[in-house]
This record gives sequence, C-alpha cells and structure tokens, in this order.
Amino acid sequence: MKNYVKALLLGLVVITVGFAYANASSSDAGTVAVDKEPFNAAGHAVHHAMDAHEFHFTDGFVIPLPVILWTDNGLVTFMSSAFHHTDDGSHVHTADGMNFVKVHETIYQLDAGATEAHMHNGHLENGSKVWMDFSLTKNVTTIFLIAILLVFIFFRSAKKYKTNKDKAPSGISAWVEPVILFVREIAQDNIEGDKHKKFVPFLLTVFFFILFGNLLGLLPFLANPNVTGSISITLLLALFTFIVQLANSKKAFWMHIIAPPGVPWPLYVIIVPVEIAGIFIKPASLMIRLFANITAGHIIVVALISIIFVNESLAWAGLSVPFTLFISILEILVAFLQAYIFTMLSALYFGMAVEEAHH
Amino acid sequence: MDLVTPAVGQLFWGGLVFIILLILLTKFAWKPILSAVNEREESIQESMDMAIKTKAEMEALQAQNQDLLKEARIDRDKMIKEASETSKRMIEESREEGKAQQQKIVAEAQKIINAEKAAAISELKTQVASLSLEIAEKVIKGELASDDKQKALAEQIANDISLN
Repeated sequence: MKNYVKALLLGLVVITVGFAYANASSSDAGTVAVDKEPFNAAGHAVHHAMDAHEFHFTDGFVIPLPVILWTDNGLVTFMSSAFHHTDDGSHVHTADGMNFVKVHETIYQLDAGATEAHMHNGHLENGSKVWMDFSLTKNVTTIFLIAILLVFIFFRSAKKYKTNKDKAPSGISAWVEPVILFVREIAQDNIEGDKHKKFVPFLLTVFFFILFGNLLGLLPFLANPNVTGSISITLLLALFTFIVQLANSKKAFWMHIIAPPGVPWPLYVIIVPVEIAGIFIKPASLMIRLFANITAGHIIVVALISIIFVNESLAWAGLSVPFTLFISILEILVAFLQAYIFTMLSALYFGMAVEEAHH
Repeated sequence: MDLVTPAVGQLFWGGLVFIILLILLTKFAWKPILSAVNEREESIQESMDMAIKTKAEMEALQAQNQDLLKEARIDRDKMIKEASETSKRMIEESREEGKAQQQKIVAEAQKIINAEKAAAISELKTQVASLSLEIAEKVIKGELASDDKQKALAEQIANDISLN
C-alpha cells in the first residue's frame, strides 16, 4: 500500500516536471501570442463559495432553479434559466413589466425605462438589487435536501427502536446511536444536572444540520453547495442558539453580567460593558467560526485547482490534485470538528444561562 | 463583500426549514430514540444492580453457610472432646475404684490371713504343748521304766549341770 502511494506521487512529480519543461520551451518559441485576460483565481474561488441560482455541475449540465422575487409589483416567479445562464447582466429577462438581470449571482431590477444593463468595472449602474429574493437557490435547495435526509434517516432509526424494542441497536440505528449519545454527552458535560435534557433535541438538530451541510458541500461533482459556509445560514444558527440561550437564562446568569461576584466595584466600569458585549460576541463568534472554516475549505480547494489554470498547463495537476485530495480529506475532519465545536459551544452557553448561583 | 452579506431568501427558507425540522425531529425522532436509549440504559442498570445484589446475597448466604459449618464443626469437636474426657474420667474413676476395692480386699484378706494365722499358731501351740506333754509323759515313762535308766538320766542331768 505504502509503495503504491510512493510510486503514484513520484509519477505525478515526474509528469509535472516534464510537462512544465515542455510548456516552458513552447512558450519560449513564442507560439502563444494571443493577449488573453489573466485567469481570475480569486474571483472563481469566491464565486464558487457563494450561493447560486442554479446547480452548475459542468458547462452544459446545469439545473435551473426557481426564482421567486418580491418586488414593488408583488410576487414574480420564473426559472433561473430565463437568464440563459449569464451572470454578467448581458441577458435581460422581462417579467410583469419589470426588467431583471443577474450579476454575480445577484438579481437586479433595472431602473424604469432601462432595457439594457450598463456595466462599469463589473458593477451594474442602472439597476438596484432585489433584496426580497426568496428564490430556491442552490443553498436553499440543499437545505431542503438536508432536511429530507435528516427526516429520512432519523425517522427510520426511530422506527427501528420501536420495532426492535429490547434489542441491541442494529442497522441504521447502530450508526446513528453513537453520534446521538455523543451529542447527549456534550450536553451532559456542559449543562448541570437534569437541565441538559431540555436542550438535547435542539443540540442534536443543530449538530446533524451542520454536519450534513458540511459533508454535502464536500461531495465532489455535485456543485459543492456551501450551505454551512454561507453567512446567512451560520447567522441563522447562531441566532437560534442565542434565542434559546436567552429564553432559558436564569437570574444567576444576569447577575454575573450586571454584578460579577468577587470583583471590586470600581472595576464594574470595565467589566460590565465587556460582559454585556460578551452576550452578543458569543453567538457572533459561532457565526463567524463556522462560516470562515467551511468557506475557507471551499476556497482553498478552488485555489489549488486554479494552479492549473493560472499556469495554463495541465502538468500542474500533478501538484494540485494531490494537494486538493489532501485538503478534501482534511475538510472531512473539519466538517465533523466544526459541527462538534458549534454544538459544544452552544451547550456551554446554555449551561452558563441555566446555571444556579453557587458562589 | 457579497460573501459576507446575509441573503434574505436563505434566512427565510433556512429559518423555516430549521424550525420545522427541529419540531419534526424532536417529536418523531429525538424523543422516541432518547427515551428508548434511556429505557435500555435503565434496564441495563437495573440488571447490573440486581446482579450485584444477588451476588452480595449469595456471598452472605455462603458466609452464613460457612459459619454454620464452622459452628457445627466446633460443636462436633467439643462433643468429641467431652466424650473422650468423660470416657477417660470414667476409666480413671473405675480404675481408682478397682484399686481401692482391690486394696480393701487385699487388706481384708490380710486381716483374715493374719487372724487365721494367729488362730493356727495358737492351735499349733496348744497341739504342740499337748503333744510335748504326751511325748514327755511317754519319754519319762520309758526312761523311768528301769533303775539303770533312772540312774543314767540322773547322771546325764548331773553332767549337764556340771558343764554349765
């Protein structure tokens, strides 16, 4: 096994070096004289990490998704294929007397009277962003998929517990039970006493939602939806944690903030504002941590693949493919790790909120 | 900048789906699974407690048995000891008694023997005395049957005296 890996790596290195030399000599000959726009790796990476109005598997195989817009004239719906897969505003779609264009996966409504998008440095000059965009985007569709998967898996395993009562877990429940117990243990470790029981369902839902979102984004060839690397989704999850935490907070939690015990009162001037800011910084850190980790994973994969295109030589695949493989495997670890961290910190915050005073 | 701008659509659909998912999973998945797991854990705990209790009971029973056995053994040893002591004592006692009896018998026999002896001796003495008298009578009668003999006797006696 080890020898195979060595041989493979060595082969890749030899091919890379060989092709690179061949490429260099051909450039020296000056055969490539076309003045091309340089490959924009950063643009590609960010574009890939963003939400989209279609599932773009490969050029020529694109699944259009429904666009649902709430405009001044009410609800407007059409399929995203109406834009003819353009993303630079070059195709204007007219619906209900309004003109829409899609630029950088954002839908703009052109100003009244305008029939063509005027672009300047990649920005639209004669239109405004449609904020109320309820389209079933790539991320939204993936969220539905996550929900269907979770319902399917856990309803089935719940049924298994009913039919297989008084038996050791088998089949699907043998797979999910250790993870469920793991999440329950996170709750038990961070929330005192029997109070943890109330939070276990929420923590389980958050954990599996994040885990499945992370993992679905890692599946190759499936357009890599970046659900848990979307700031909207991490904001939402952090917000839910924040609401659940505050809804269950006890007096002791607020006393810790307003009058921290064991602190001389002159220090309150510093401590109390910090503590109050801390209430909001905690969920904000949850939001940013998950977003940054997962988005970074998506961006680095595109960046590594972009090495091939930046150098305009397939030979670089010998370097970029092993790297990408390595990062992808690392990202599987990160997928589990981030789901764990989010759940664990949520449990910690709940534990702080429900803690009884014992000082 | 687009990357860090929250999108209304995702917030709306994501929130809706998450809340529905939370409710559905809590009702139809987490609660049944957790309660089944809890029940199983409790039954395992109960079984283990029962096993420990049974083991302790068994041990107590065994210890009790051991105690009973020990007591029985002690009792037996005591009984054996007592019996042997009693028998020894009885043997000793009977021996003593026998000895005493024997001595008494011997003493009595001694006494009787002595009395008999004394009686025999006195009888013998009486017999000897009468016999001696008879003998002396007969001797004297014989001695004194002739004058010679009377003379010779007288002489002999006279010799004896002179020798003295």
